[in-house]
Amino acid sequence: MASVALTNLDPASRAAARGWSDLTIRNLFIIPTLVFLIVFNIFPLIYSLGYSFTNFAANRSEPWQFVGLQNYRELLSDDHIWSNFVITAKYVIVSVAGQMVVGFGLALLLNRSFPMKGLITTLLLLPMMMSAAVVGLFWQLLYSPSWGPINYVFGLGDFAWLSNPDSALYAVAITDIWMWSPFVMLLSLAGLSAVPQHLYEAAAIDRAGWWYTFTRITLPLVSPILLIALIFRTMEAFKTFDIAYTMTTQPTAELIAIRLYKQAFQQWDTGKSCALAYIVLIMVLAITNLYVKYLNKVKER
Amino acid sequence: MAAVRTSSEVAFNRAAIAAVLVATLIFLAPIYWIASTAFKPKELAVSVPPTVLFEPEVTPFVRLFTKRVQMQKPVDPQVYEAAPWWEKRIYDGGERVLKVGKDVQLSQYPDRFTNSLIVAVISTVLAVGMGTFTAYGFSRFKIAGEADLLFFILSTRMLPPVVVAIPMFLMYRMVGLNDSHIGLIILYVAFNLSFSVWLMKGFMDEIPKEYEEAALVDGYTRMQAFFKIVLPEAATGIAATAVFCFITAWNEYAFALIMTNRRAQTAPPFIPSQIGSGLPDWTTIAAGTFLFLLPVAIFTFLLRNHLLRGVTFGAIRK
Repeated sequence: MASVALTNLDPASRAAARGWSDLTIRNLFIIPTLVFLIVFNIFPLIYSLGYSFTNFAANRSEPWQFVGLQNYRELLSDDHIWSNFVITAKYVIVSVAGQMVVGFGLALLLNRSFPMKGLITTLLLLPMMMSAAVVGLFWQLLYSPSWGPINYVFGLGDFAWLSNPDSALYAVAITDIWMWSPFVMLLSLAGLSAVPQHLYEAAAIDRAGWWYTFTRITLPLVSPILLIALIFRTMEAFKTFDIAYTMTTQPTAELIAIRLYKQAFQQWDTGKSCALAYIVLIMVLAITNLYVKYLNKVKER
Repeated sequence: MAAVRTSSEVAFNRAAIAAVLVATLIFLAPIYWIASTAFKPKELAVSVPPTVLFEPEVTPFVRLFTKRVQMQKPVDPQVYEAAPWWEKRIYDGGERVLKVGKDVQLSQYPDRFTNSLIVAVISTVLAVGMGTFTAYGFSRFKIAGEADLLFFILSTRMLPPVVVAIPMFLMYRMVGLNDSHIGLIILYVAFNLSFSVWLMKGFMDEIPKEYEEAALVDGYTRMQAFFKIVLPEAATGIAATAVFCFITAWNEYAFALIMTNRRAQTAPPFIPSQIGSGLPDWTTIAAGTFLFLLPVAIFTFLLRNHLLRGVTFGAIRK
């Protein structure tokens, strides 16, 4: 982590400084936050890094032993964990692809003026503001095999969405698409409204077709912001816990975060969980890095 | 889009608007379903075919807030007559409200709801307060490695909750913070602080430096300028950030599930735990869900002009 070096305060303001110096104020404003984040985010991670090399179990009182890399070795050769990663990958691909298509589609439809546009846009944003755990809960009601409205509307009889091993994961993904397409829509709308009108006018004068205009003007100009949405949603979908955990107990829908939770707080295999947490953490940080990079790029535009 | 000219373009435009309306109805249907179930008589909640139109009643909310037991024999008509309207609704369902003396015994729901309020409000105040100062620092002063520090700050937000929860659980157990409001508040502040710094920095960057410089020339100290010039200018941003932080803390599930079980449990882990075994009473669960979602729905409307900023950590504004 970079240090807060004492450099380059604005000389104009220093000349005008009375009371506390700018340097004092800067440190006073910034350092508590950094310390807080280090104590409550970074320190625990260092703590768990230590445990990841032990066979510590939080529900037993017997002393733990240092086991070196054994936890990591076992995890990486555990088929069960790999299948959790495969399930997670499937889930990420289906749900993020769904969100991108539905969200961008909605944005294309909304990108024109019509009465009550503001109200409708806000209504469409409601799902993503809700608690994922509670959303998962009430989608159970919607998916209910015997009297759920989904089966009734689509005439599916008593299809058991959430307890059928083949469909459970996709049922969760559908709910996630419902919840997060509005996010992609919101970002896409911002991207679309930033496309200069004169480009469309020029295209219209040239009698360019809809498809041509879309692929040559709209898409290239919106793609940076779509990429932001894609990376952010990928990262969030990879971490998914709440919605899947409250919706189904099917092993075929056991995402990596759920596996981690069970290992840590149901089987109390603490040392190994810390190791698994680190494997997950490294993956998330890699995606975060990408996200911030593109976020800064779009911001600079 | 280009100005509408030809008749085919007019038709296309109309079709698009119609599609938007249909999509909106589809997106709102699940919310309508949970909201309407909260007002349904018990038997209509699980009817086949599903009931869309019905005479609404508030009995699920009475059930939500009270402890009840099944009646062995029908209620004494005199007792029934003397009971207030809401208690009659419970008698109608073949149950009676549990009481200690004359006081109605409340269910766990109001408790959990209060816990959610306490934790969300206090953590929001702290996260936004600290975030505002820090954002000002980042916005106005040159800081070596600023980009790295901001990345560090944002990355703490991106950590998967379960990953952080494992060591925090062990540490909290050592110092006795498990199942306490303070423990949860600390976690939520840590989670929201990074968000509040990023969002507030965007708002701070938009306040012209000249305002403070003018104040400094007029003899204000930098601190006075901050409190008297910058903070009032940033009021809208602070309010928007606060609502975002509140919603995040209000909705949070994983930390609450792991760190609390009774005393400090918030509504998100509590509401799904009501399902339990046997046939769940969906009307009561829906009533609890409806009340829990209501503040978020209201706040979403208040926030609508800031939503884009909020979801991109202040990086993109309308």
